[in-house]
Amino acid sequence: MRLALRELRRRPGRFAVAAVILTLIAMLLMFLGGLLDGLLGSSTGAYRAQRADLIVYSTDARTSLVRSRITPEQRRQVEGVEGVTATGGIGSVQLGGRLGDQPASRTLIPTALFGYELAPRGLPATPPASGTVIADSSLKAHDVKLGTTLLLGPQRSPVKVVGFVDDTRYSGQGTLWGSLDTWRRVLAANIPSQAVGNDVVQALAVRTSGAAPSTVGGAIDRATAGTTDTLTLTAATNALPGVSQQQSTFEQIIGVTLVIALVVVGLFFALITVERTALYGILKAIGASSWTLFAGVVAQAVVVTLFASAIAAAVALLLDALIPPGTIPFDATPSRIASSVLLLILAAVAGCAFSLRRVLRIDPAAAIGTAS
Amino acid sequence: MTDATPALVMKGIRKTYRVGGDDIVALDHVDLTIGSDEIVALVGPSGSGKTTLCSIAGGLLSATEGSVQVGGHDISHASARELTDFRRTSVGFVFQAVNLVPFLTARENLLVVDELAGRRLRRRGAKDRANQLLEELGLADRAGNLPAQLSGGQRQRVAIGRALMNDPELVLFDEPTSALDSKLGDQVVRLIRDEMKARGTSAIIVTHDDRITHYADRTVHIEDGRIAENLVGSA
Repeated sequence: MRLALRELRRRPGRFAVAAVILTLIAMLLMFLGGLLDGLLGSSTGAYRAQRADLIVYSTDARTSLVRSRITPEQRRQVEGVEGVTATGGIGSVQLGGRLGDQPASRTLIPTALFGYELAPRGLPATPPASGTVIADSSLKAHDVKLGTTLLLGPQRSPVKVVGFVDDTRYSGQGTLWGSLDTWRRVLAANIPSQAVGNDVVQALAVRTSGAAPSTVGGAIDRATAGTTDTLTLTAATNALPGVSQQQSTFEQIIGVTLVIALVVVGLFFALITVERTALYGILKAIGASSWTLFAGVVAQAVVVTLFASAIAAAVALLLDALIPPGTIPFDATPSRIASSVLLLILAAVAGCAFSLRRVLRIDPAAAIGTAS
Repeated sequence: MTDATPALVMKGIRKTYRVGGDDIVALDHVDLTIGSDEIVALVGPSGSGKTTLCSIAGGLLSATEGSVQVGGHDISHASARELTDFRRTSVGFVFQAVNLVPFLTARENLLVVDELAGRRLRRRGAKDRANQLLEELGLADRAGNLPAQLSGGQRQRVAIGRALMNDPELVLFDEPTSALDSKLGDQVVRLIRDEMKARGTSAIIVTHDDRITHYADRTVHIEDGRIAENLVGSA
């Protein structure tokens, strides 16, 4: 092992090609991961922020907020289920917004207005007064400031921004959080066909205690005679439009990238092992075991991978800091970087397995009777 | 050092290789005993079996038949792992092409034998021993040099130092002067003899070089896998 590490220190040029290729692969991997996290984050923030265990939709909505309607009767049935400790109505509408001082602007700010009762993370327990909202901080990139009035939809319904909240984007849009009354009023004004009566909401956020949330969810659907479809918060988040498709697509690309990393490491160290056949023969002759030599190969692969990963992580974090909010959905999280490094190291170790057979097959007896 | 136990006892050694369905006999019932501080020159034409004999004595190969004892330890039935340990602790090798580790200094090339044992089995005082050997071999001022910065003779001396690091019972030299000119070859042969005799260490030197047979205690001729002649040397 010390021998292998000394070689790395004294002959770094020998490993430069592998280090450069692995750095590019690690950068690609972390960039893809950052994009996936950014996309998922901007699609699911409004749900991830919910401090609830279950989301209740109407059955005919097929887990879509836009189609779902929960009546006061259904809500009473839900509240009567054992294990339900609190319920809160949710309503949403996606509308283009204009800054209040530019009512004629043709540039629309994509927004999603949410009405809430059970406060999500970062929002006040009592929703802001009617006509006022708390905006997602990503909207600052669109010049939305504290006190800005946004004109929503074709009817230019005004809402005044009285605060900001982080990481609550929904379907790639900046969210605005207000009371259910604000939501009903804006919805009725701009999309009359979807207007709802008083006390009707699109979905319910439900907090539970005691039994597992999924068990309570089943009880809720039975209590409403199958007119509701209750999902755990995680399931509801994954069921948001495009989320699972984005995830599976990116995960496949990440998987292919890891296979490429494995092959690069495998081929590089297999070639190095071929070059070292004579040296390994000598070392085996003077008492090195095959496992000692193979451990050296693995140690070199891991160190080169860690070096490449460190550069890639620094680049990813730099990108994250430089990309303006609201442009490219890129989020370099420590957990994503750590998991990328771990996967790369696993790929590197697996790639070294290509060399194992060759190291095992080197005959120490070949060291004697040969001039080179 | 005068130890009554012979450095090497080979009895009835037979080694065959399976080639294309036929058994090729490399060594045919060889008996060879080497005293505890004896230097033996092993000579013979190419393909006569001297490399095979050397490899079996050094635990690089196992004999098909017969027994091998090195310093009183029977290695005839040792496993591959036991032979690896045996090579690291009980024999020294000096190879034809020297083959030092190119990215290690002269001192580190000596210490590599100890490092291969792993942290658990590493011996105390290995650095002192390496320094002492380099001093004795006239390489103290070259201890920090890489092999590429050393002359052919200096590299050969480092290789001899590496072979002596584990204080072996037996050192096997494979054509140690083949890559050296006659003057340097003569110096190396004298050095080998002086070092072996000073330590009471036995040596087998595979060679075609008459200067070595001159310095050896005994010359063993091998032909067609059989020991043909034993001659007492004239040094």
